[in-house]
Amino acid sequence: MCKSLLSVGLDVGTTTTQLIVSRLQVENRASAFAVPEMEIAQRQVLYRSGIYFTPLLGQELVDGEGIREIVEREYAAAGIRRQDVDTGAIIITGETSRRENAAAVLEALSAYAGDFVVATAGPDLESVLAAKGAGAVAYSEETGKSVLHIDIGGGTSNFALVQQGEVTATACLNVGGRLIKTDEAGRIRYISPVLEGLTELQLGQIPTQSQREALAELLAQALEMAAGLRQRTALLDTLQTAGSSKLWEKLPCRPVISFSGGVADCIEKRHEPGAFGDIGTELGAAIRESALCRGEYRLGSETIRATVIGAGCHSARLSGSTVYSAHVTFPLKNLPVAALKAPVPDTETMGQALSRLEGDGILAFPGVCAPKYTLLKQLAEAVAAAFEEKPVRIAMEADMALALGQRLALLLPEREILCIDRVRLEQGSYLDVGAPAGPALPVVIKTLILEK
Amino acid sequence: MNKQELSALVAEILKGMGPEPMVKGSDYRPTDPGPQSADTNYRDGDFVEDVSRLELRKLYLVEGAADPEGFRRLKAKTPARLGSGRCGARYKTLTMLRFRADHAAAQDAVFSQLPEDFGEKNGMVSLRTQCRDKDEYLTRPDKGRLLDEESQKKLKSAVTVPPQVQIVVGDGLSSAAIAANAMDCLAALEDGLKLRHIQSGKPVFIRYCRVGAGDAVGDVTGCKVVCVLVGERPGLVTDKSMSAYITYQPHTGISESARTVVSNIHAQGTPAVEAGAHIAGLIETILKRQVSGVGLHLEDKA
Repeated sequence: MCKSLLSVGLDVGTTTTQLIVSRLQVENRASAFAVPEMEIAQRQVLYRSGIYFTPLLGQELVDGEGIREIVEREYAAAGIRRQDVDTGAIIITGETSRRENAAAVLEALSAYAGDFVVATAGPDLESVLAAKGAGAVAYSEETGKSVLHIDIGGGTSNFALVQQGEVTATACLNVGGRLIKTDEAGRIRYISPVLEGLTELQLGQIPTQSQREALAELLAQALEMAAGLRQRTALLDTLQTAGSSKLWEKLPCRPVISFSGGVADCIEKRHEPGAFGDIGTELGAAIRESALCRGEYRLGSETIRATVIGAGCHSARLSGSTVYSAHVTFPLKNLPVAALKAPVPDTETMGQALSRLEGDGILAFPGVCAPKYTLLKQLAEAVAAAFEEKPVRIAMEADMALALGQRLALLLPEREILCIDRVRLEQGSYLDVGAPAGPALPVVIKTLILEK
Repeated sequence: MNKQELSALVAEILKGMGPEPMVKGSDYRPTDPGPQSADTNYRDGDFVEDVSRLELRKLYLVEGAADPEGFRRLKAKTPARLGSGRCGARYKTLTMLRFRADHAAAQDAVFSQLPEDFGEKNGMVSLRTQCRDKDEYLTRPDKGRLLDEESQKKLKSAVTVPPQVQIVVGDGLSSAAIAANAMDCLAALEDGLKLRHIQSGKPVFIRYCRVGAGDAVGDVTGCKVVCVLVGERPGLVTDKSMSAYITYQPHTGISESARTVVSNIHAQGTPAVEAGAHIAGLIETILKRQVSGVGLHLEDKA
C-alpha cells in the first residue's frame, strides 16, 4: 500500500515570500499479515520558487493580490495545478502577521492554493516548522543531542528547543535583519516600531557603521539572553513577541545551537556592510562574535528556506490507520480543539468543554491503550450524549478510534462522525483534516494566532 | 574434543533448548496457589520482585554505558532482549530468570484450558474437535481440524440457514490469548458487521481447535465466509497473541493460501477492539470481491 501526497508550502514572512512543492510518500509500515500502519516515509522537495520580497500596500497592508499572483506564476513554473495539490500549509509570519488584513489574506490564499492547503499563523508554530525545515529536529533525533534552533528572519527570531527529536519549548523575539531598512545611499527609510526606545536612530538619517554595529550587537545580546547565555535584563521582555512562549525558562545546560533564516547566511559568510539594504550583515557578524557561536553550533541544512520547507514538508501528518468517519465532507478546516486530561472523560466534562468552544470543534482526550469492549461501549454512550445534536468529532492518543467510531455510528446512524486516533491535540490549537490517504487521514495541527 | 563428540554435545544442547514443551500435557498441572495463608506478618524484603512484571523495553542492564538514555530510546522500539549486560561471560541472573519466566508462561499458555463453560457463558455454541485432550491436540494436528460427531450435530441444529459470515473462536495454541482478547475482538467485529448490514450467525467456540476447523464449520453451515479467532503459538514476547484467519467459501481441503490473516492481536500489538473493527471491513471487501488469501490484492484499493 503506497500513495503519495503533493504538498505545497507558502511562507509569507516579514521580508520574503517563498513557495515550495514537495512530495510526501505514504507507506504501510506494518507487514501484510497485520493491521496497516500508514506513515509518511519520505519527504522530497520537488520545486523551490524564487525568493520574492513580500508584496505590501504601504506600511499597513499585505498585498493579497500580489501574493496570489506569485502563487499563480510559481504553480505554472512548477507545472502543477490547484487540483493536483493534496495538502500543504500557508504560514504568515513575523511583522507581516501584524498587518491589519493578515487574517483575510491568509484565508483567501489558502482557498486559492488548494482544497487542503491550510492557513496557519503564530510565532510558536513558526518556530516548530523552522526547526523541522532546517533539519534541526532530524539532527537531534539522530544524535540524541539537545538542540536550540534559532531561525533569524527579517522581523523575528524563532527559537525551538529540540530534545531527542521532539520540540519541547519555543520562543519568539522581535529580532531580525530588517528592523531597519536603508536606501542605496545608506539613508534609513524604515525603522520597525519594535525598536522604539532601543535606538537613537531616526528616519532619514544616515547611520555610521559603528552605529549600525552597536544596534546589531544589542539585538545579538537579546538572542544570547533567550538562549540562556547572558544574564537576562528588561531588554529580553521588551523584544519578546506578543503571544509567544518563554523557552528560556526550560533550558538544559548548553544545547547545540543551530541557525536558519536569512540572517543565518550572514554568520559564516562575510558580506559587504548593508549589502541587502538592512542590518542583516551586521546582525550576522554580531552573532558570529557572540556567545552563541562560542560552543558547538551548526547552520541548518536549509537556512533562508527553512520555514517554507517546514510548512510544505512537515505540517501535514497522518492519523492512526484504524479510524472512522461517516457523513463528513472533507476537508474540515480550522476546528477549534477542546482538550481534556482524563483518559476517558464523562459526559458532563465533555459537554462543558464543548460548550466553551466557539462553534463546532473537536474534542480531544488520551483514551486507553487496548480498551475492553465494555469500556468502549460506555464511552460511546457518554460521547453521544455530550455532543447532543452537534457533529461528533473526537481525537484520541490511544489506538481505539475505529471500534469507538463504529459503536457511535450504531448509536447515531445519520450523524456526521469523525473519530481519529494517534494524535495529541493541545487546548487552544486548531485541527484541519483532509480526505483519506489509504486508511489514514492527513491532519494538520496548528495555531492561528495573528499578532495585533 | 573430536568432531563426533562435538556434534553429540551440540545435539544434547539443542535437545535442551528446543521449543517443544518438556512436560507431557497429561502430566502437566498448572501451579495451584492454594488458599491464601492467614499469616500476613511479612516484612519488607521478604518478597522478591516478580521478574515477569518488569517492562523489558525499559530495562537496560549494561553498567557504565556512555549513553544509557540513547540505548533506552532504541530499545523502546523493539521487544528484543538487548542491552542485557553480562556477568563474566554469562547473562545476569535477572536476564536468566526473566527468560525462564517467559518460557514458562508460553508453556502455560499452551497447556492451560479455558473454563468448561467458556462458550456458553459468552453466548456461543460450544463445540470440540476430534481431539480428546491437550496431548492429542498437540500430537495430532489432523484431528484438530475436524469436529467430533456430536459437535457436527449440535452445529447443524444451531445454524439452520447458511449465514454470510460464521465467526469461530478457537483456543488453538494459547488459551491465554483467547481469554485476553477474543470477546472484545468479537464484540467490535459484530458491531462492524452490523453497521455494514452483513449477516452473521451465532458465533461458535471450538475446544482443541486448529485453524482448519473453520473449514469443517464451513462444510456444516454453508457460510460464505468463516472468520476463525485463534490463539497463536506463544512466544517469549507475549503469550497472549491472537490471530484472525478469514476464508472465503471455506470447505475441508481448501488451500492454506486462500486464507487472509490478521496477526498480532494483543495489548502490545493491535488492540483487540481495533482488530475486530478492522476485520469487519476486511470481511466486507472479501464478500465484495469473492476471494480471500493471496488472491485478495488489498493494495489495489489503496
